[in-house]
Amino acid sequence: MNALVNFTGLLKKTGVFKFNGGIHPPENKTQSTLLPIGQLSLPEKIVLPLRQHVGNIPKVKVVVGDKVLKGQLIAEAEGTVSAAIHASTSGTITAIDDAIIPHPSGLPDKCITISPDGKDTWVDRKSQDWKSAQRKDLVASLRLSGIVGLGGATFPTHIKLRADGKSGVHTLIINAAECEPYITCDDMLMREQANEIVKGIAIAQHLLGAERVLIGIEDNKPEAAIAMRAAVASTHMQVIVVPTLYPSGDARRLVRLVLGTEIPHDKRSTEVGLQVFNVATVLALYRYFELGEPSISRIVSITGSVNQPQNFEVLFGTPMLHLVAAAGGAKSETTHYIMGGPMMGFDLPDVNVPITKAANCIIAASPTLFAPPSPPMPCIRCARCADACPVNLQPQELYWFAKADNFEKAKDYKLFDCIECGACSYVCPSNIPLVQYYRYAKSEIIAVDKAKEAADLARERNDFRLARIEREKLERAQKHAERAALQKEEAAKKALESPIKDSNNNALQANIHAVAGDAVLATAEAQKLVKQAAIAAAIERAKAAKAAAATSGETPKNVTNADETTKKEIAEIDARRASVGLEANSGEPAGDTGVDKDKQAKIAAAIAKAKAAKAAAEAAKLENKD
Amino acid sequence: MIGLALLLGAALGYAALKFKVEGDPLIARIDAILPQTQCGQCGFPGCKPYATAIAEGRADINQCPPGGDAGVRALADLMGMEYKPLNAENGVEKPKAVAFIDEQTCIGCTLCIQACPVDAILGAAKHMHTIITSECTGCELCLAPCPVDCITMEPLGETPDNWKWKYPVIPIKPAFTL
Repeated sequence: MNALVNFTGLLKKTGVFKFNGGIHPPENKTQSTLLPIGQLSLPEKIVLPLRQHVGNIPKVKVVVGDKVLKGQLIAEAEGTVSAAIHASTSGTITAIDDAIIPHPSGLPDKCITISPDGKDTWVDRKSQDWKSAQRKDLVASLRLSGIVGLGGATFPTHIKLRADGKSGVHTLIINAAECEPYITCDDMLMREQANEIVKGIAIAQHLLGAERVLIGIEDNKPEAAIAMRAAVASTHMQVIVVPTLYPSGDARRLVRLVLGTEIPHDKRSTEVGLQVFNVATVLALYRYFELGEPSISRIVSITGSVNQPQNFEVLFGTPMLHLVAAAGGAKSETTHYIMGGPMMGFDLPDVNVPITKAANCIIAASPTLFAPPSPPMPCIRCARCADACPVNLQPQELYWFAKADNFEKAKDYKLFDCIECGACSYVCPSNIPLVQYYRYAKSEIIAVDKAKEAADLARERNDFRLARIEREKLERAQKHAERAALQKEEAAKKALESPIKDSNNNALQANIHAVAGDAVLATAEAQKLVKQAAIAAAIERAKAAKAAAATSGETPKNVTNADETTKKEIAEIDARRASVGLEANSGEPAGDTGVDKDKQAKIAAAIAKAKAAKAAAEAAKLENKD
Repeated sequence: MIGLALLLGAALGYAALKFKVEGDPLIARIDAILPQTQCGQCGFPGCKPYATAIAEGRADINQCPPGGDAGVRALADLMGMEYKPLNAENGVEKPKAVAFIDEQTCIGCTLCIQACPVDAILGAAKHMHTIITSECTGCELCLAPCPVDCITMEPLGETPDNWKWKYPVIPIKPAFTL
């Protein structure tokens, strides 16, 4: 029993956990490990695509004709997820335009072309005191380094180290599994630069605040494992040799292998306190912080159908053919080139592409190495793909759904958890290109989601616009109403100031105030109401004036303060008017027009007649209409 | 028995008040399918009015050219109706394009700004206008009001950003050549 406990304890320590599935494709790694890492001569031109990492395209900081030095920042990170790009050698910027980039689409994209001056002059390089500096500042400085995950995912490294300097990461796992056939760049790097890698790991550990470091290496790289074990001897870091099984180099699979932990599919590794870095990435960290060198080169395996497969340290932007030439040139049977490994890589659309941050391996492909795929046969539901799937998916179901464009179902079957490792296609006895179907379905779903996002944005903007137009309309109406109310109030005030004082008038004023209050309703209706009120008020005022005149007798109100002589004069005038038979009228001019009553009656009759005629005409018109 | 009926009735009444759905969810669901170009090709002044019209049975489901065939199918699915091809009277499905203002010709009349349903045109009176490409829905409503015809529709080309993996196809080769 004790022995069993000890044994499981031992298992835990040495990390020989397993994940489901996985395959054993022919490794083909020895060809490119016979020679040490070579140095390339300076190419004739350097073409740096702006799209070399996951995330936003960086912002170009140079113009054509600028002289740049090696390591000079030529494009800075834009937005959160983005990485900077540096000149890989000194020279002159000769073009900033579209060129073919190493992307499965084969479409051109923006690139910066540098014509090297051959001097390879560095910018001023400064090492950083990373041990005592603020973690936050270090992460901020990392944003300028251009370092991205060099395992192939090219995710900007400064995002993996949280900018607030806080991370809940307790275990740092260094991915040195390098499980894909043909690729040997990490293997050679560990053999030759194990000490620098360990220094880089120490930096990454410091940045993350991780307590534990585990280095996972597949057992097909014994030299690398020995070199790394020797390098970590004086540290607390632990090298764990895992059995060779594709795809153990996938971050989640490696976590499972070394810790026995399965990261939930909908969670990131940091959420469970884990972080995974590639060996080449930590070496880039060492170079950046200790030597002051930004990310301008990487190790690339050139293998396959070339005369002398080897690993080279390649400056980013170096034309691929320059690398092929350094490896002794391609054999005559070479048909095309693959970037990445044979399992997850893609056929390069053109030979004139540059080496980018994602290029860990270039394979010259020939029919002898990669026989053309035999035509796919119908799925026989053998479920071998399900047995091989390292993510525990049901590839055969995903295949049906992807093939039938049943994307909702594909999503239900966790299509987006698929890591596109190609294990299912590899084992398929019917030679069905399963991963191609998944990639197709994924990009269709992503396109639909993007269109939906755009539609949502458009809806939001349209709703906002309609709301704004409505609001502006209301505001205009309110302004009109307020102005009308103001005028009304002023008019009312004037009316009040005139010497009419009775209860009727007070009521009128209250009425006007009420109208002014109502006006705040500020609609077209309110405006109408105001207008009606204004008319009503005018009528009221006229009535009030008439009534006031009637009650106040014959004395006009504006003479109360007149002096004695004036009063006397008025009295005389009144007497005269009375003598000619005219009534004294309070300020109303009608009395003194000199028109007699007979004439007035006639005029009234005429008006009545005209009105009658008009009414008759209108009635006739209406009848005609009907 | 009556007691139970009353109890359930009360429970249902309470639920009807408590979980009352604001607005017509059908309109919102139709609106979610529509592409929100707000182009008015359907004969309604925007996507929401068209969605309302479909929900009320005043409009057919095949009047939205930007939504395309897939949109009609989705609407047919949602409404439980038979699929029918896009009504040619409303227009034809075109590849996505965005408006582009020739800034040399623009006189700054602001007419296009007033026409844009999503406020995707930037500019001021007597100043040059420009399109915010990321906001443009390609509705073409700005083309007609422009007095100097300086707006053109530029189809969105394929870039590595919007590129899609193609459906796997197997080239058919003759088994032997004569």
